[in-house]
Amino acid sequence: MAKRVHIFAGHYGSGKTNIAVNFALKLKGEGLAVRIADLDIVNPYFRTKDSAKELEEAGIPLISPAFANTNVDLPALPAELYSLVQQKTSCAVMDVGGDDRGAYALGRYAPAILEENDYEMYFVVNFYRPLTPTPEEALGIMREIEQAAGIRCTAIINNSNIGNETAAADVERTLPLAEQLSALSGLPILYTSATPEVCSELTVENLLPLNLQKKFF
Amino acid sequence: MAEKVLMKGNEAIAEAAIKAGCRHYFGYPITPQTEIAAYMAKRMPKIGGTFLQAESEVAAINMVYGVAGAGFRVMTSSSSPGVSLKQEGISYIAGADLPALIVNVQRGGPGLGGIQPSQSDYFQATKGGGHGDYHLIVLAPASVQEMADLTIKAFDLADQYRVPAMLLADGTMGQMMEPVELPDLPPAEIEKPWAVRGTKGERKHNIINSLYLDPELLEKTNFERFEKYKVIEEKEAMYESFMMEDAEYCVVAFGIAARVSKNAVVAARKKGIKVGLIRPITLWPFPKKVMAEAAEQCKAFLSVELSMGQMIEDIKLHTGCKKPVELCCRTGGMIPAPEQVLGSIEKLAKENQ
Repeated sequence: MAKRVHIFAGHYGSGKTNIAVNFALKLKGEGLAVRIADLDIVNPYFRTKDSAKELEEAGIPLISPAFANTNVDLPALPAELYSLVQQKTSCAVMDVGGDDRGAYALGRYAPAILEENDYEMYFVVNFYRPLTPTPEEALGIMREIEQAAGIRCTAIINNSNIGNETAAADVERTLPLAEQLSALSGLPILYTSATPEVCSELTVENLLPLNLQKKFF
Repeated sequence: MAEKVLMKGNEAIAEAAIKAGCRHYFGYPITPQTEIAAYMAKRMPKIGGTFLQAESEVAAINMVYGVAGAGFRVMTSSSSPGVSLKQEGISYIAGADLPALIVNVQRGGPGLGGIQPSQSDYFQATKGGGHGDYHLIVLAPASVQEMADLTIKAFDLADQYRVPAMLLADGTMGQMMEPVELPDLPPAEIEKPWAVRGTKGERKHNIINSLYLDPELLEKTNFERFEKYKVIEEKEAMYESFMMEDAEYCVVAFGIAARVSKNAVVAARKKGIKVGLIRPITLWPFPKKVMAEAAEQCKAFLSVELSMGQMIEDIKLHTGCKKPVELCCRTGGMIPAPEQVLGSIEKLAKENQ
């Protein structure tokens, strides 16, 4: 039985937003009622709201800061976000901002999430990001996020990629690193995520194909 | 781990600066360049460097002035309004002939403007910016890889010529993520006999200063500095030429505008329009020679900019106003779509047959 609340946290640029949007679409495809929220108070560009059209078409309500993608650089979250933890009739996908700084915003909702105790918090990792090249450094970021959020991670998503140039071999090279991170943290690797093309060449279990890819330039 | 990493443009600048031997960063946060400061805050303490968040942009640039005078590689970064605040200090650094790197990840203006990308600080970057007779060496990256490569190049050029250098990027370049390969070479070793590092009682002391009590001496110093600028203009201009061999029309664009324009040029070629692109990589020195050659070869020019048209003046100047130069632009944080640029190319070709 899938959990009700799905939280995506991780280092800056590890791919949280892309995975959160794709994961919401996947839940919806399984026939579940889903809502998605953008908790990012850090990043000014490239946000959940960029996928607003696709989410709306799929029937997934998006709760996003009023000023997202505008010139107002205001780290404020809408009151409506509380409905995610209070209204328990639909699944909630929470896209958290990068690093511990982004995770502070999650702390506001942590008591309610912990009390309900029906959540997964995924630590999204890309070992090709310069500040998380090793399992030890990734674990360091994971611990900082957990402290800031007041919630422990429950699973790992290995989203290692080098953008458009990613080949299956690039993902395969990171599998032992994900295993080590799993051993160090005691958390399972729930998914290995990649574009559908790369996924078709991988023989790993539990692949999460990222069907929706936002392209900008 | 692997050779290639996936980086944000801002992170690539920061890591490349470290690779170039920069161990001193002074800054003040402003969107959309804050990741540079955030990255430096995480990395500098681990490698024995200095990260200092100053009380203001004015303070930060004067800290840069101090470290540059001591002959160490040093940088600051900001975005448009913050770079305006730094102008007095930049003029002092230029007047004292010191190498330093100033990064401007531009956002919409004037005034506080907005946080979305822009190229409207072209005049400020290339025509001096602060008071007095001086130039910065201005480099304009158009990919995350170039954010890294040109950061290193900027440090090298600044040291070589004792001229402050500016990396002129925009919010999109700062925020976008692409694969990057960082060089594993040691930083260039450039002697700095002028640096203020203590005489050990063995030589006459060096002085770092931009104040001249004797106007004749100030004039002489300015003349000498402009002789140096002539050498830089002669030797250091950089540009990329794309589909220019048989081009009848020439698009000129830098940074993010050049990326959009490249797509439009390819689309226009498919429609049978012989168009090419010149992408200045150094904005100062402006690639004059190639522009003069293009003025002989092409029927008309199109300047694509995220501003109300600033580089267009340099295009007109260096093509000697021989051919029409039109503008295709968005401003205030908006980016032209390839379709808009394509439309402008088609119009240009139609009106200049």
